[in-house]
Amino acid sequence: MDTLAGKDSPVHRIDPRAKVITFVVFAGCVVSFRKYEVSALLPYFLFPAVILPLGRIPMGFLARKVLLVLPIAVLIGIFNPIFDRTVLFSVAGLGVSGGMVSFTSILLRFVLTVVAALMLVAVTGFNGICATLERFGVPRAFSVQLMMLYRYLFVLTAEGVRMSRARELRSVGRAGTGLRDFSALIGHLLLRTWHRAQRIHMAMLSRCFRGEFFLRRPMRLGSADIVFTLAWSSAFIVMRLVNMPQAVGRFLLEVFP
Amino acid sequence: MHMADALLSPTVGGVMWAASATGIAYCSKKVKEHLDERAVPLMGVLGAFVFAAQMINFTIPGTGSSGHLGGGMLLAILLGPHAAFLVIASVLVVQALFFADGGLLALGCNIFNLGFFPAFIGYPLIYRKIVTGDVTRAKLVMGSTLAAVASLQLGALGVVIETLASGITELPFSTFVMFMQPIHLAIGLVEGIVTAAVVSFVWEANPDMLGGLQGKAPAGVMPRKAILAALLAVAVITGGVISWYASSHPDGLEWSIAKVSGKEELESPDGIHSQLASLQDKIAFLPDYSFRNTAEAAESLQGDASSRLGTSVSGILGGSVVLCLAFLVGFILKKFAVKNG
Repeated sequence: MDTLAGKDSPVHRIDPRAKVITFVVFAGCVVSFRKYEVSALLPYFLFPAVILPLGRIPMGFLARKVLLVLPIAVLIGIFNPIFDRTVLFSVAGLGVSGGMVSFTSILLRFVLTVVAALMLVAVTGFNGICATLERFGVPRAFSVQLMMLYRYLFVLTAEGVRMSRARELRSVGRAGTGLRDFSALIGHLLLRTWHRAQRIHMAMLSRCFRGEFFLRRPMRLGSADIVFTLAWSSAFIVMRLVNMPQAVGRFLLEVFP
Repeated sequence: MHMADALLSPTVGGVMWAASATGIAYCSKKVKEHLDERAVPLMGVLGAFVFAAQMINFTIPGTGSSGHLGGGMLLAILLGPHAAFLVIASVLVVQALFFADGGLLALGCNIFNLGFFPAFIGYPLIYRKIVTGDVTRAKLVMGSTLAAVASLQLGALGVVIETLASGITELPFSTFVMFMQPIHLAIGLVEGIVTAAVVSFVWEANPDMLGGLQGKAPAGVMPRKAILAALLAVAVITGGVISWYASSHPDGLEWSIAKVSGKEELESPDGIHSQLASLQDKIAFLPDYSFRNTAEAAESLQGDASSRLGTSVSGILGGSVVLCLAFLVGFILKKFAVKNG
């Protein structure tokens, strides 16, 4: 993700604040539809369809991430077709129940919001988002907490993986995977983390850390940023108010009856 | 346990965002007052510890399946409620942004369900009540297990109420509760026992750590004002959530009314006008119709089938055209990017 965020493209150069606002409008519009809405959600795919190639984000990478979490949405939505069997409309004699429609709607919303969130991080970077949050009034303590968490996340995860692997290699079959050894293992990890945190803290203090991080790209709100935000936001709102696919479909049916 | 955006309505998401944001602001203030602001790095690294701890599994005796540490209660015990709430919130933000674990709109809900209950209910009202005076292993184990179980039960209940208040899933309340609570009782027990095991290990190895960042705060004395404030907050927020739940019934009603009267507007923009109209409908029809009147609805739907078919055909046709256009734009942009880059 950080490699992606470190790239340079027209989308990356847009101010993080503009991107965060645009994203919020997007998510707000997508989730505000009624539960039986399917067709009006489709135009929103334009947003990822434009940003992904412009931001040079590999599709496969994103698709894998979405697939990984898709079961959650399926798990909850899957009950809709079972409980809601009212036939909403029928296509070629096949009745389509309200549950099927709302299930489809849940899946569409899920994919849209997840893709958008991942996309936001991939073109903004985590530090950019944190800096934006701080500008928007999030307390300093929390934004610094976020950045510190993010910095040490990977270091410590690697340590966790190493410990886990070491245990696996030593525990032939099941020995040593029980609760007793687990808690000792976690306890040691915790002690080590604690000491590491104190060392880091000391090191930062001795380098004049005052609870503030600095960004690689300076935050500057230019006209391009404002245009980006306004254009996308108004597009999302129009898509929310006008059901475009419905209109296009009706037009096509009239032209080619 | 992490909720996704697709299951939430903006109202519920917004309310929970507001609740969690208030929590974060309050805790940041508290942390700033009681701790050196520069001590925040310590919290950050401990947040990362939660991720690391989740890399290590253990086998659950008797079942053969494996589990891992959740961490909320452990953080509360180590850091105290305010710092713990901030750390849990930050962990959830990172999980939402990088691992798509829980949506961004749902972040407010998730922070509330997984952060508020352990930090401000389970920890002060259960753990601190049990672990007082001379600390013994029995007290530690008992306190952390019970506190973790209770927090997770409350959190699961929160998920149920928030999902139902949003009105997107069709699961009835009782079914959903019967589905969620027992599962989370089991998960909570495992979590509690693991937390207890880790806490007692740390207590033996380095007892100072359990006082943690709370430092010199008078041990064992939870100020009465704080408890009252916590209870008040719970009351207000629960009241808020429940009232949203109550107010979501009319939404459902609006639907059944629309179905019965055959004027359901699947394709119409619902601006202020239709909102007002539906409000009027609500007032006028409220006494006469039950929450879900499927039989009647089905009847009226049959009569309306032909016009509905027209709508759906144009919807499907138009939808595929728009979708194709969106992907075409993407495809062209991609070609363009490859050529230039």
